[in-house]
Amino acid sequence: MPKSPEFQARVDSAEGRLSLAGDCRAADLGTLETALRKWAGTGSRSVDLSAAGRFDIGPAWILKRAMADAATAPAVNGSLPAHFSYLDEMLDGASARTADIAPPPREPAGLVRLGRALEIRGESWYEALTYGGKLISTAGLAWRSWKHLRIASIVRHAYETGYQAVPVVAVIAFLISVISAYISAQQLRPYGGEIYTVDIVALGVLRELGVLLTAIMVAGRTGSAYAAELGVMKLNDEVDALESMGINPYEVLVLPRVLGLIVALPLLTIVADFMGLFGGAMLTRYLIDLPWPQFFTRLDEAIAPTTFWAGLVKAPVFGLLIGLTGTLRGLQVRESSRELGRLTTVAVVQSIFLVIFADALFAIFFLEIDF
Amino acid sequence: MAAAAPAVIISVRDLVNRFGQQTVHDGVSFDVHAGEVFGIVGGSGSGKSVLLKTMLGLRKPDSGVVEVEGRDLTCMSDRELRDVKQRYGVTFQHGALFTSLTVTENVILPLVELLELDEATLQSLAELRLRMVGLPVAAGAKFPAQLSGGMIKRAALARALALDPALLFLDEPTAGLDPIAATAFDDLVLYLRRALGLTVVMVTHDLDTLARTCDRVAVLVDGKVIVDTLPGIVRNEHPWIREYFHGARGRLMAPAGEGEDRGA
Repeated sequence: MPKSPEFQARVDSAEGRLSLAGDCRAADLGTLETALRKWAGTGSRSVDLSAAGRFDIGPAWILKRAMADAATAPAVNGSLPAHFSYLDEMLDGASARTADIAPPPREPAGLVRLGRALEIRGESWYEALTYGGKLISTAGLAWRSWKHLRIASIVRHAYETGYQAVPVVAVIAFLISVISAYISAQQLRPYGGEIYTVDIVALGVLRELGVLLTAIMVAGRTGSAYAAELGVMKLNDEVDALESMGINPYEVLVLPRVLGLIVALPLLTIVADFMGLFGGAMLTRYLIDLPWPQFFTRLDEAIAPTTFWAGLVKAPVFGLLIGLTGTLRGLQVRESSRELGRLTTVAVVQSIFLVIFADALFAIFFLEIDF
Repeated sequence: MAAAAPAVIISVRDLVNRFGQQTVHDGVSFDVHAGEVFGIVGGSGSGKSVLLKTMLGLRKPDSGVVEVEGRDLTCMSDRELRDVKQRYGVTFQHGALFTSLTVTENVILPLVELLELDEATLQSLAELRLRMVGLPVAAGAKFPAQLSGGMIKRAALARALALDPALLFLDEPTAGLDPIAATAFDDLVLYLRRALGLTVVMVTHDLDTLARTCDRVAVLVDGKVIVDTLPGIVRNEHPWIREYFHGARGRLMAPAGEGEDRGA
């Protein structure tokens, strides 16, 4: 291929003349654009193309547009790019093809937008309710037989969301309890009540921190995984494929995930409780020199028989909330990969929110019934 | 072989591609001439996609040479390869439009990434590309998910044309289109080739497209390639090629049954 002459564009401002030289490739669009803008400022009176070489279509189009935009048709010196005839032909053809797509609607005004937003909210709640309903009916039917309950699938999800999360949950529970024990011990020292550090750690970990931190960790870990998995399946038409085979996707995809999480979360909570108490015992042992046996004596006095259960009973509920949110958001993915990202985020944020909100309700409820 | 030697734009020599034990291409050689529509056919697993990827410089062959405009793709630096890539446009089988961008944004993406241009210029160029492929300009504001299959193929072509390529690679451009849309797409390819002098390399299974658009056809069989004009290929005695062009579907398309008569 012969080396083409470098593209050059000069604008003579006094005469309003644009001189182009050399081949104009798509890569020269920037140069051409700058020159054309300058040229438009000088009145676009004439074009000198005598030294111009071949034009790509893109640059030819831009030049043609600029010449058409000039107040009076500019005088042309030299021959116009060969593609001008193609562009004319194309524009003629295009006018025959009427636009068969309506232009996008204009941005609606404030009140309309508010209405739309409310409508979408309402639909979202309605969808969540229908979803819950379908799931309950599926669950009701699933008890018919072992086959429909899909034990193997539940166990797999419990393993992935539970067993594989043990290390991270254990470490976090340990650290948080060490931190809270440390701060409590410092605050109680002036009153000589360091021994109550044990009470604070035990109550905090068993009633609230253990289960709450575990649930938040799982929401981030599993809520997002559920949403992404089901979202990709949805984009791939895999969910429709299941349905077309007469297989209920709720039974195969959703129920095992939710049940798996309901099983896994309490088990993880027990691990977190154990590690939390272990962390508390370690800290009191070394910070306030409380020997192990005394820690356990104090622990026994500090907690009621119900304390442990007050934390644990919340775990399946949190598991249910996380599982439902993750799977629901996953199945709502439609059309594009951006939706997938957005809904995965929504799944995590909403499940964490729901977990904390439910925890607050539990706190009030337990207070009222003196649990 | 034709006596006259037209300008060669792609030259593939002794190409070998292997996956483990399996040899997909065992010494494949052919030329693509400037300004022609070059079809590639072959059975499933015959290595059409691998060949296309090798020609695009997306895959390094195990041995052999791929020259585009006289420059060897297989031993190029990344920078040189990038320059070559700007000389060709590609459409993928399923469009491969970016689903989170509108059609207009898809079309101007290469321009935005490679050049610094005004918003107005970009919009104007997007309009040009949409018009070139026969899409209504209003379609530019739509997202790929809102388009029909035929429109997605056209939008993908519009994006492939964004940088004024000299060379166009189309992977199954008419697969999944109804016959009317497929015919319209064939017309479009022929029109662009005639008006712009593009060289088109297409992988296709559509016998009608092959017959209507392709000047020459390469058939991949047994790791080798056979290149000829379509009538020449149809007359070929290779059992697989006979099966391909004279099977139940092939018969439907041959109006005069020319190939059949000679074969019989």
